[in-house]
Amino acid sequence: MVLRYIRESQRRSLAFKMSFIYAILVIGMVVVLMPFLWMVSTSLKTPAAVFKIPTVWIPNPIVWANYPNALTILPFGRFILNTAQITALAVVGATLSGSLAAFAFARLRWRGRNFMFVLVLTTLMLPFQVIMIPQFILFRELKWLDTYLPLVVPAFFGGSAFNIFLLRQYFMTISPELDDAAIIDGCSRFGVYWRIILPLSKAALMTVVIFIVQNRWQSFLVPLIYLFDQKKYTLALGLRLFQDQYTVEWEMMMAAATVTMVPVLLVFYFGQRFFIQGVVFTGVKG
Amino acid sequence: MATFQENIATLSTRKQKRNWYHLNGEERLAWLLVLPWIIGFLAFQLGPMLASLGLSLTEWRMFTPPKFIGLGNYIEMAADDPNFFQAFKVTTIYSVTSVPLRIMLGVLVALLLNAKVRGLAFIRTVYYLPATVSGVAVAMVWLLILNGDFGLLNRALSLIGIEGPYWLTDTRTVLASFVLMSLWGVGAGIIIYLAGLQGVPNELYEAAEVDGASDWVQFWKITLPMISPVLFFQLVIGMIDALQEFAGPFIMTQGGPGNASLFVMLYLFRNGFEFFRMGYASGLAWVLFVYIMVLTLLIIRSSAVWVYYEGEVREAE
Repeated sequence: MVLRYIRESQRRSLAFKMSFIYAILVIGMVVVLMPFLWMVSTSLKTPAAVFKIPTVWIPNPIVWANYPNALTILPFGRFILNTAQITALAVVGATLSGSLAAFAFARLRWRGRNFMFVLVLTTLMLPFQVIMIPQFILFRELKWLDTYLPLVVPAFFGGSAFNIFLLRQYFMTISPELDDAAIIDGCSRFGVYWRIILPLSKAALMTVVIFIVQNRWQSFLVPLIYLFDQKKYTLALGLRLFQDQYTVEWEMMMAAATVTMVPVLLVFYFGQRFFIQGVVFTGVKG
Repeated sequence: MATFQENIATLSTRKQKRNWYHLNGEERLAWLLVLPWIIGFLAFQLGPMLASLGLSLTEWRMFTPPKFIGLGNYIEMAADDPNFFQAFKVTTIYSVTSVPLRIMLGVLVALLLNAKVRGLAFIRTVYYLPATVSGVAVAMVWLLILNGDFGLLNRALSLIGIEGPYWLTDTRTVLASFVLMSLWGVGAGIIIYLAGLQGVPNELYEAAEVDGASDWVQFWKITLPMISPVLFFQLVIGMIDALQEFAGPFIMTQGGPGNASLFVMLYLFRNGFEFFRMGYASGLAWVLFVYIMVLTLLIIRSSAVWVYYEGEVREAE
């Protein structure tokens, strides 16, 4: 009897505890989503509704025209294409050069391997601002200013150490017996990379691709330094220009911001399995 | 484990003078594969880094040849540039508030999520969303949220009868605004902490339960020590990141009002690309770099006291 009473009260207190936890989590989710909702809501308002108090969440009328208007005041189509081009090149360069280096670190035996790997990891700690100015001078000497080369070429030379680290960690989890078997069957070392390791590492490669896309799509400082001609602007620079010129047209700015964020959110949503794996795997957000 | 043949191979190669022609195929391939990274490292990282140290000893206005002035730039920072101290002050205040708050909030949410909640994947996704977006678009959205007259935050505050300040144009609240904004992106941490929490062996809790330890005691004596390596890593990475904050202040306040949000990176950018003082900007970059290093070392030093590694033998307290 007493025992049943204790169980009952335990069950009740657990239920109370869980509903408390859910309540906090749901409130947190609402707070987290609020800025996104506010952005989208504002992007569909008339200018008057933006300033209206009390708050309007579902605009009436819904001004879809804000989107085409915002995207044509400045050549956003062009900015999107530019950014896509830079992002695509960076993805190809960084996954290629990064996976090759990662393969050497994970799979080949060579003297100096440990030293070099530590060196790679050290560059993770190297802040960009220390090299920003001399890099600028270097690229100026090379006559690369106002081109995409400073944004893209470094990706082909290893890219971020983070990618190498992530891929190396992943390659290490693939059984080395596969390599040996392939080599006995007459496969070359490079063939092992191309035919065995890469196809088995799709998840890790996806993670790297998602990180690079996220990064490049929204990168601001580097394009800001190197690109001057408006025709060559990236999306982030275009947004900045927009914000500079149309400061008070909030509904337009929010439309432009929404258009910028949607691809990133979609990439994340569809790739989140890989993405979350990658974050957990390395303990860093890229 | 190295095979017998490999041992022989290393023994025999060790005697030779090592150069490219003496490397075996595997070693050659390895160097070849790492070569792009090595070139990139030398040309785009190590080279520029050393160059910037050299540049920091010059007066260089970009359009005139550089002139060697020794420690002149550093002396100017220390003796003659109030903005320099202001920038470091602002950046430090921001970093030492934003990073620990982010970690605390992240751990808190991760703890809640770890209580076997249903719909974990969905909730996790929602919390992670803000961490995926960054830069200009985010700054624009927050510019609207923090607007003193019609921003979302002040609208919310007015519901509970508080008249919110002009967040971004008030020297007293501008840094708090940036801290608040950074808390929005806490989701990346949550996933990492959650993974850490799930890695804590259940036996530990069961044993504590038998001994009658309360949830509160279990948290301080088991959970926190067990995830402390993760917290440590996040603290280091977070500090390095926070000390380099740029896009937010650049777009939202331009360092204002009255330099109250003059972050170091913003000041550095201005010197380099607006005043074209390349030498001075390089000097600033090095001071920031050393500052980051010193802070990181301090955190690492302190970690001996508060970070617990499994398998580590400790004297009883």
